[in-house]
Amino acid sequence: MDALDGNAIAGDLFAAFGHEMTAVVGTCTSCGATSAIAELRVYISGPGTVARCPDCTSVAMVLARGAARFSGYDLAGPGSAD
Amino acid sequence: MVDVVVETARAKSLVLDLPGWPGHRAGQHVDIRLTAEDGYQAQRSYSIASAPEDDHLTLTIERLDDGEVSPYLTEVLEPGDELELRGPIGGYFVWEASLSGPLQLIAGGSGIVPLRAMLRHLVAADRPVAARVLYSARSLDDAIFREELLGLTAYDEVDVQIALTRAWPAGWSGHRGRIDRALVDAVTWPPQERPRIYVCGPTAFVEAAAELLVETGHRPDSIKTERFGPTGG
Repeated sequence: MDALDGNAIAGDLFAAFGHEMTAVVGTCTSCGATSAIAELRVYISGPGTVARCPDCTSVAMVLARGAARFSGYDLAGPGSAD
Repeated sequence: MVDVVVETARAKSLVLDLPGWPGHRAGQHVDIRLTAEDGYQAQRSYSIASAPEDDHLTLTIERLDDGEVSPYLTEVLEPGDELELRGPIGGYFVWEASLSGPLQLIAGGSGIVPLRAMLRHLVAADRPVAARVLYSARSLDDAIFREELLGLTAYDEVDVQIALTRAWPAGWSGHRGRIDRALVDAVTWPPQERPRIYVCGPTAFVEAAAELLVETGHRPDSIKTERFGPTGG
């Protein structure tokens, strides 16, 4: 299955966090790469959505039943994506 | 919904009247949710095709024959019907006319939809920046908004190039086949112009285009991408 990107889950993230999230930048705790949430590789399946680092493919976030859990992706990034 | 516009054999524009709509930024999308009588729900994201300046919000949707949502939106929905939508959504793949130029837009297939919103926003601006568009479609008949896009080249600031990958009319002088390095070099802004670049299309197209752009010398952080795929059906 082709991966989508974080843009595809912008609405669900907005619903989970109460504000727009795709331009927020985070750092992969595995490889150190920084990327906006919009740039994460996103795999959408029935039960849940997995977002991975675009550089090393480590899991950055899991989104299921309206709740998002970040793991391996530090949101205290160096700044906004723009 | 107030109107349906047939764009191509597979794509239609839904023109919506949304009381209380807060306005949007070019490049944003909305989520549409359909609920069946038995309570089953399906939700998909669709890019906004209209500019913030347009009177109505327009969504342009390509029908995926095995999709759950797009066949209903393109074949069943009629003017006067209501839709459940949430938005505007997205803050990354957006462009504002106040940003410095130049602007490079690269689309594959229905990836042209959010870029069309950007272009309409651009030509509505007081002092538009210069924009170049590279649009890859299967054939001229599949190229959504082709008349409008080619019409925009009447503006000095806008250049539009269409590449056709599968079929082309006799005497077609544009690019034939998938986009490649020679085409990118010939029709897009060179890296020294420092364009803001937006690429939208199917995942494989976006990744190939982004790779070509980086190979050409563009900084990765100057390239914003948006991928769509079968889950968008």
